[in-house]
Amino acid sequence: MLALIPLFPFIGFIINALIGRRLSKATSGGLACLAMLVSFGVAVVAFWRLLGLPAEARVIDETLFTWIASGRFQAPLTFRLDPLAGLMCLVVTGIGFLIHVYSTAYMHEETDHEYARYFSYLNLFAAFMLVLVLGANLLVMFIGWEGVGLCSYLLIGYWFDKQSATDAGKKAFVVNRVGDMAFIVGMCLAFASFGTLDFRAIAAAVAALPPEVTWGVLSTITLLFFIGATGKSAQIPLYIWLPDAMEGPTPVSALIHAATMVTAGVYMIGRNAVLYSHAPLTMEVVAVIGVATALLAGTIGLAQNDIKRVLAYSTVSQLGYMFLAMGVGAFAAGIFHLYTHAFFKALMFLGSGAVIHALHGEQDMRKMGGLRRALPITYWTFLIGALAIAGVPGLSGFFSKDEILFRTFASGHSVLWVLGTATALLTAVYMFRLIYLTFHGKPRYEGAYEGAQEAHRAHDRAAHAQGTHNHGGGGVLHDAPMAMAIPLVLLAIGSVVAGYVGVPHALGGSNRIETFLEPSFSPPAHTAPAVAGTHAEPGVALSGEGAHAEADAHGATHADTALELTLMVTSVAIALMGIGIATLVWLKRPHVAAALAARVPWMHRLLLNKWYVDELYDATIVQPIKNSSTVGLWKGVDVGVIDGAVNGTGWLVRGSAAGLRLAQSGSVRIYAAAFFVGTVLVIAFYLVR
Amino acid sequence: MALPLLSLIVFLPLVGAMALLLLPNRDGARDEMIRQLALGVALVTFALTLVAWRQFDAAAAGYQFVERYAWIPQFGINYTLGLDGVSLFLVVLTGFLTPLALLSSWQGVTKKVKEFCFFVLALETGMLGVFVALDLFLFYVFWDAMLVPMYFLIGVWGYERRIYAAVKFILYTMAGSVLMLVAIIALAVMHQQATGQYSFALEDIESLQMGFSTELWLFLAFTLAFAIKVPLFPFHTWLPDAHVEAPTAGSVILAGVLLKMGTYGLLRFAFPLFPDAGLACAPYLAALAVIGIIYGALVAMVQPDLKKLVAYSSVSHMGFVVLGICAMNLQGIQGAVYQMLNHGVSTGALFMIVGMLSDRRHTRLIAEFGGLKHAMPRLVACFLIITLSSIGLPGLNGFVGEFLAILGGFLWRPTYAVLAASGVILSAVYMLWMFQRVNYGEVTNPKNARLPDLSAREWAAIGPTVVMAIVMGIVPNLFLRPMQPAVTRLVERVQAQRPALADINLESEGDRGPKKAHHAD
Repeated sequence: MLALIPLFPFIGFIINALIGRRLSKATSGGLACLAMLVSFGVAVVAFWRLLGLPAEARVIDETLFTWIASGRFQAPLTFRLDPLAGLMCLVVTGIGFLIHVYSTAYMHEETDHEYARYFSYLNLFAAFMLVLVLGANLLVMFIGWEGVGLCSYLLIGYWFDKQSATDAGKKAFVVNRVGDMAFIVGMCLAFASFGTLDFRAIAAAVAALPPEVTWGVLSTITLLFFIGATGKSAQIPLYIWLPDAMEGPTPVSALIHAATMVTAGVYMIGRNAVLYSHAPLTMEVVAVIGVATALLAGTIGLAQNDIKRVLAYSTVSQLGYMFLAMGVGAFAAGIFHLYTHAFFKALMFLGSGAVIHALHGEQDMRKMGGLRRALPITYWTFLIGALAIAGVPGLSGFFSKDEILFRTFASGHSVLWVLGTATALLTAVYMFRLIYLTFHGKPRYEGAYEGAQEAHRAHDRAAHAQGTHNHGGGGVLHDAPMAMAIPLVLLAIGSVVAGYVGVPHALGGSNRIETFLEPSFSPPAHTAPAVAGTHAEPGVALSGEGAHAEADAHGATHADTALELTLMVTSVAIALMGIGIATLVWLKRPHVAAALAARVPWMHRLLLNKWYVDELYDATIVQPIKNSSTVGLWKGVDVGVIDGAVNGTGWLVRGSAAGLRLAQSGSVRIYAAAFFVGTVLVIAFYLVR
Repeated sequence: MALPLLSLIVFLPLVGAMALLLLPNRDGARDEMIRQLALGVALVTFALTLVAWRQFDAAAAGYQFVERYAWIPQFGINYTLGLDGVSLFLVVLTGFLTPLALLSSWQGVTKKVKEFCFFVLALETGMLGVFVALDLFLFYVFWDAMLVPMYFLIGVWGYERRIYAAVKFILYTMAGSVLMLVAIIALAVMHQQATGQYSFALEDIESLQMGFSTELWLFLAFTLAFAIKVPLFPFHTWLPDAHVEAPTAGSVILAGVLLKMGTYGLLRFAFPLFPDAGLACAPYLAALAVIGIIYGALVAMVQPDLKKLVAYSSVSHMGFVVLGICAMNLQGIQGAVYQMLNHGVSTGALFMIVGMLSDRRHTRLIAEFGGLKHAMPRLVACFLIITLSSIGLPGLNGFVGEFLAILGGFLWRPTYAVLAASGVILSAVYMLWMFQRVNYGEVTNPKNARLPDLSAREWAAIGPTVVMAIVMGIVPNLFLRPMQPAVTRLVERVQAQRPALADINLESEGDRGPKKAHHAD
């Protein structure tokens, strides 16, 4: 049954890839959506079955066949559903379905076979993402891990005519590969240490060990996996591909580069929570990198003019939050934020898509403004998303972000808490800057309208759905059509209510999501999986530790209610302050922003150019490798030294042969003379000796 | 007496080739028929290799289908053939690639078609013989005999600098194999001194006792020949030239099968015959392999010529094979053998694709292409799958071999494995960059605007490799399982020389101590 979840999108991919070019748009798009819907249905049923099990026995294993076996090394193709995987499956298939539906309208201007190609990639992505989520061992996860990377590559470079798009796709793949190399080495080390790659088996093995307080194997393994995660989840130092990934169609940015794929790194840490909690040193690294990324991306988001790039940096920043949570050991909080973020970030990306769509491909916020009247659905849903991400009480982002900040503080990381809170301020500011520049103020798009026509062709082929617009009219904007509006509304509802599964104890809730997820982060106790699977050693120490951790968590929650409320009030105040600043600068006094930028031009340039990190990498890594390979290795070592030596040997033989040939003159007298001289020399040699 | 299956497999192509020679073909009047006949012979051979696979006992570690006849008894030279888990798939691979190679040069080769087909089939006999010969003398005969057809394939049907490339190819490889011949004769003489009888039989030589320095010299003599063939850095410079100048069929066979003879030789002869020397030299060989992985990738990255790019990528990919072999543990060697098969499929396919592009445009320069996806979506789709298989995407064949080789290397020497793993990044860089420049973007060169997509013949050539890339990625156990007993035996034999270390590297199904977790599936 678990295999069916990724299977349906995969079938959708096969059909669209093989015969998609002969299908009508309605058929190929409908097929892709149907595949996702069925997959969602199966995921719901599976989730339901999971809920029917007692809390500590919520594991369903399903082995299809042995994938790779080499002696002691065994990698069966096994899927496993547990609370963590179950939640992720719902997010991936549910939000994935909505984005598929949205895409049917958004991509409507593509030709039939391009349309089918788009949906085949999108379905393939969903299939790989589900394999990633459901994989029961590292190697199966890695199939999905690389597979989603491939789909990301294909979808970023979907408009393959465009150099910038294919460049961005390649960059994404290569940067991810840097992380993947570490992941592969991590798998080798994990196998060498534990003799298995199965998550539960590793967790059981690790649980018996004490936490590794000095640097050692566990720290190295976890750090290697984390490097993998920095690639996939766009963290320092490998985050650079994500903003460029915005070259892809906007629904792709929503699904892959916001809601699902980029959260894979966070998920991976959650999956290996036991391993990570035994490597406190790595955890510190994770937390620090997380908060640093959150802050850095937040500052860059402040100065970007492209609506999608703001959202992209916002994603990087929010992913940083999730890693912060993982790093301070608040695994449930990190996953909770992953889950709420999926709603509001997908919502905002789709909203930006609706704006871009209405403006025929315009992505520059300086050429927008005042759109809220023309695009009411887009505006209101977008506003909900922005309020949610800013952490306004009552919306989903508030609960999850607050949980992270509270846990950060409670675990003694007060500096990280300050930085996290500062990022919260930045988040509110740049989000509302985006809202005001796009939807409020004076419309700036009419004047740019003719230009937009051109940009429409050159920049982004995304365009309106109906195809019946009056192109020449100018200024008549259309809000999202049905297929786009419904996902927006549903996601907006999700952005509001999704947080209520995790209302903290301090507010009288019971944080159900945390209780639900907890078994996934604990070592497998004395319960066997529902279906034949890994049988962990039943051990007093194991279950004792699990219970202890749980008690700890609950105890902390109760004891620190006052602290939690204080922190909560602080962060709400911060969020409102951020919104206030944005209102002041970009709504009330638009000239202030320009003045600010003019006052500290270097700062503005620095942020606008993303701290020049791309340039730094290009100058220090890319160019030197390229140049030294051409000049040094190929033309120098290969052609010069090695082939020089080879051909030199050839020349030597030929040269000496040519010299010797001169002696073969055919003249008998010279032969006789040589014979005579030789004889004399030989006799002389013996006489002298 | 049962049917001599292996002899049939080995000599059927040669018999077919001879028969072709008898056909009158004035002015190429019967070119098409000759091509079809040659293809038929190659296909029947392939079918026979599949029969061998089907009848192969996957649980047995020893040689199967053994045939032994006295050949030159006074020197102990026998005609001995046999197949085990290591050679089985190389034989199947040879059978698989030869018909595809013929198909891929269907249009590219128009002159002296009869002779061309003759040499391709004769080459097949040589290659198959190398993989099944269990007598050192017989092995050497096949090893050198195979050079001749290859020399002519490059020299007659190649591109502009074909003569240079052909001569370089033959001198380079001969230089290595001459020393190997000396070593082979030395072994027979040593056997005569020890037992009073000359013998070239592999099993006899295996039981020969010798001092370490003797072993070392003989190991080096064998290894040099194999290293040149692999080719191991820094003995690789014949490869780009040979590939660039060879006709498509030549490149396919060269990359697909010939290179494997080097790594196969290491596995079958160099390490088992001289285990002490092998284990002592392994770190150095592996170091060269790792250098090759990185060096090949970096040089491939900056090549302007498609064929050179693929040629240098071979240097990189074959580095993984050598690394896995040097690790001398089950994962490493299974990974190495699997990587040989992968490389045969993927690189063979890449050369076919380059051949198709070059048939259409008569150029192989990357800069001449661009935007091919507009004109040839199907070809580009195949190209994409093969590219992904070449860069080792999980779910396709390349990953399985690469991962197992890295894992084996890691269990042996982690540093090597870590360095080798950087190939994962570099392969993505050079392959995807090339892929982008060739296939994506607008059509900038009008000559590329209306190129025909895959023809039926081209489908027949490229289709099977694409299918294999997928099958071998999804069910690798189909290949790994029959391989395992023979590889285990090999590892045990080599590692038996140092019992202290054997415990660490050998596969024991028992627990590895308290750290080992229980794993049930």
